[in-house]
Amino acid sequence: MKRYGLWKYLLILSVLCFGVIYSLPNLYAPDPAVQISYTSSSQTADTFLADKVKELIEKQNLEAKIELEKDYVLVRTNSYQNQLIIKDILSTAMINDVVIALNLAPTTPKWLMDIGANPMKLGLDLRGGVHFLMQVDTETAIKNRQDGTLQDLRRRFREEKIRYSQAGVESDASIYLKFNNPDVLQKAEEFISDNYSQFNFPLISDAMSLRLVLSDLEIEQIESDAIDQNLTTLRNRVNELGVSEPIVQRQGKKRIVVQLPGIQDTAEAKNILGKTATLEFHLEAQMDTPRSRKTSYPYRNGMGAPAFLQDAIILGGDQVATAQASFDENGLPQVNITLDGEGGSKMHRATRGNIGKRLGVLFVEQKTRTVYERDVEGKQIPVQESYEVKEIISLATIRAALGTTFRITGLDSPSESSELALLLRAGALAAPMTFVEERTVGPSLGADNIQAGIFSMILGLLLVLVFILFYYRVFGIAASLALTFNIVLLVAVMSILSATLTLPGIAGIVLTVGMAVDANVLIFSRIREELNKGREPLEAIDAGYNRAFLTIWDANVTTLIVAVILLSYGTGPVKGFAITLSIGIITSMFTAIMGTRAFVNLIYGSRKNLERISI
Amino acid sequence: MTFNIDFLAWRRIALIFSSVFLILSIGSWLFKDLNYGLDFTGGTLVELSYPDSANISEIRQTLVLGGFEGAQVANFGSSKEVLIKLPGTVSDSLGSEIVSLLSSSSLDQEIDLRRIEYVGPQIGSELRDDGGTAMLIALAFMMLYIAFRFQSMFAGAAVIALIHDVIVVIGIFSLIQIEFDLTVLAALLAVIGYSLNDTIVVSDRIRENLRSMESDSTHEIINTSLNQTLGRTLITSLTTLLVLFSLYFLGGELIKNFALALIFGVIVGTYSSIYIAANALIMMGLNKDHLRVEEPENADENLLP
Repeated sequence: MKRYGLWKYLLILSVLCFGVIYSLPNLYAPDPAVQISYTSSSQTADTFLADKVKELIEKQNLEAKIELEKDYVLVRTNSYQNQLIIKDILSTAMINDVVIALNLAPTTPKWLMDIGANPMKLGLDLRGGVHFLMQVDTETAIKNRQDGTLQDLRRRFREEKIRYSQAGVESDASIYLKFNNPDVLQKAEEFISDNYSQFNFPLISDAMSLRLVLSDLEIEQIESDAIDQNLTTLRNRVNELGVSEPIVQRQGKKRIVVQLPGIQDTAEAKNILGKTATLEFHLEAQMDTPRSRKTSYPYRNGMGAPAFLQDAIILGGDQVATAQASFDENGLPQVNITLDGEGGSKMHRATRGNIGKRLGVLFVEQKTRTVYERDVEGKQIPVQESYEVKEIISLATIRAALGTTFRITGLDSPSESSELALLLRAGALAAPMTFVEERTVGPSLGADNIQAGIFSMILGLLLVLVFILFYYRVFGIAASLALTFNIVLLVAVMSILSATLTLPGIAGIVLTVGMAVDANVLIFSRIREELNKGREPLEAIDAGYNRAFLTIWDANVTTLIVAVILLSYGTGPVKGFAITLSIGIITSMFTAIMGTRAFVNLIYGSRKNLERISI
Repeated sequence: MTFNIDFLAWRRIALIFSSVFLILSIGSWLFKDLNYGLDFTGGTLVELSYPDSANISEIRQTLVLGGFEGAQVANFGSSKEVLIKLPGTVSDSLGSEIVSLLSSSSLDQEIDLRRIEYVGPQIGSELRDDGGTAMLIALAFMMLYIAFRFQSMFAGAAVIALIHDVIVVIGIFSLIQIEFDLTVLAALLAVIGYSLNDTIVVSDRIRENLRSMESDSTHEIINTSLNQTLGRTLITSLTTLLVLFSLYFLGGELIKNFALALIFGVIVGTYSSIYIAANALIMMGLNKDHLRVEEPENADENLLP
């Protein structure tokens, strides 16, 4: 009989240890926790915040552990009820400067965390929360861009004295220009070629008209800018909601997924995701500006004394087409802003007479906060209230009349310029979005799902174990150990990949349990067959493993093909199922073939003159 | 377990049986269609949990008065749980509106929101198309793999068996009008994987016996192979069914139809690996010569553990 080398035992042993250690964190139930961080990103959580939280909680005589983490203060509680009570206490006492989020804090021991062992992530169907899928209307973004360009063209044609008789944006987002005279048309065509690069050249023209079609490259650029910008805006919004571990991700070409664990009030979440912040451009107020026509605003970053700006708005942030951080000739950071056509002409008119004065950029944001009002019975009830915040993000000297594109200089660092560009872009949604899918799972359903999933998994496993123990005796022990080991290994791999476990994922594990036995059944029935042919037991074991191997290999590879295709094509439940199925197929090959072989060899391998085996 | 059953004596009857079932399935699929779930139709779904038994007719009435005329209201799992469906709706706020309407109409009871789902119309048709594409791609890749590992006739036979299984399971879902949603689609793809597993095991034995057995009768060789693998086929199906029944009864309402699709799939898949795949091999005229030019058996031995 083929001997099993020491290295194989060592390999199996080390994989077993690895599996046990890395699946271990999943046994520690997470604490319901509340996490508190400062609203402004420049301020990190400190002992002052922690002490304040501690004081508030101690006043109520609630049991809780307070920890100071890197970015936030964590309050661990022992029940979901206390978690909600503490959240309410804290939000009543300190509303405006902190974000308070409900969280499930892992209780993984430190030595496990030090070696990178963390529990699996739970999907929304198991922990409760909201899943939104939003479609970005990129066509509107393209149309808006063309509208802006047309405005700009009109103005510049006027300056160049190019007379057109008709101009508009068609429904296919191309710009249509009609002229009275072929010479003018030619002049216009040359002017556009020289000054605009975003169109397909040569321009489509007939005797009297021009059609300006955006190049594919430009369209792609506008679309991806629009989605990036919406993603940024959404991330900012989600941070405002105070959710721990949110997911904001692009899905496919035009969609954005937002997942907010622990949130149940979809109406509130939608309201906040949909809201937009904006920019306003104002001239700085002069000494002689009357009080009634100027207002003082603070700086957004808290640096510098508040400054007075004129109340008249030059233009709003909805007219910023794009903003990009870059460097000027001297290598200093700047932000390049592109306005749409209308914005450009407004800006030009406002700045040409004010060279040498300063232009202020105001960040205007709609925020919502929870305030507590007393109802008729004197009970405190939370009420959502929205308010506007206006802060200066830039105040810079106008050096020349500004047009569609201009830059904001005088920034301290490249990180400041990219932050400003980001804020300018995040100021508004680049394109409207529609909610195309929404799934909310309440916390009670999530808890039920976990319980049902785990219970059915344990029962399924037990049934299978009892059956194979009864049917295969000693070999059944080998198969049972392999099966249990397989689940441990599967959980360990899922934890390391930080894959998300969902309810269909649990179903995938259960199915893996049923199917993983197949490999052992194949091997064992082969061994029985060989025994029936009159072979010696040890030879029969050898032959059984050898002959069954190829069958198992082919059968598993084909199933793996299905699983991988599910993984790449599927979304949501299909994907969750495919992840556990694929990992399960791979781990089961290892445990069912190598694992059982090692066990069988340990029991029978060293016995000479073995008469019969228990199979 | 050793068996000596003349499976192929029944092959004509099996063929007629399968044909009837296939026609029935396709007919039902065409004329009755599937009871598509929200994932595919688009619309709104709300699941609520009442502290005591929920009064379905009262809820229905409240909804009609509140302007939700087309709402389907039913118990879900237990008498306390209520499932409200508005298929085909295109507004993403109906779910929250229903929740607040019902909460305000039954102030004495605290209603627990279990879930709200909204699927937009474009998503529904997309999911259906993607599912179909995934299934076709899976079939194509598996055919390639089997043709590469075995021989093209085996690939053909396996795919015929798989298509048979998928159509019959869809047919059963259509006939008894069980809701067909995204998880059922995943189950259907898992059925492909499972059924293929079975077919490969049988094909593998047929291939081996074609090379090693003295007999020249393909009929006899296949019969022997089926008998040799029958024990394994039954045990694996049994263990898989054990866990599936545990999922069906204890896995919760959301997983029920998934488990059901797989239960049907395992039964049909076991049957098809015997009667459809093996039968197809005989009808395609497989004989010893088809495998004679293959590489020598021990070329594969290097892969052994």
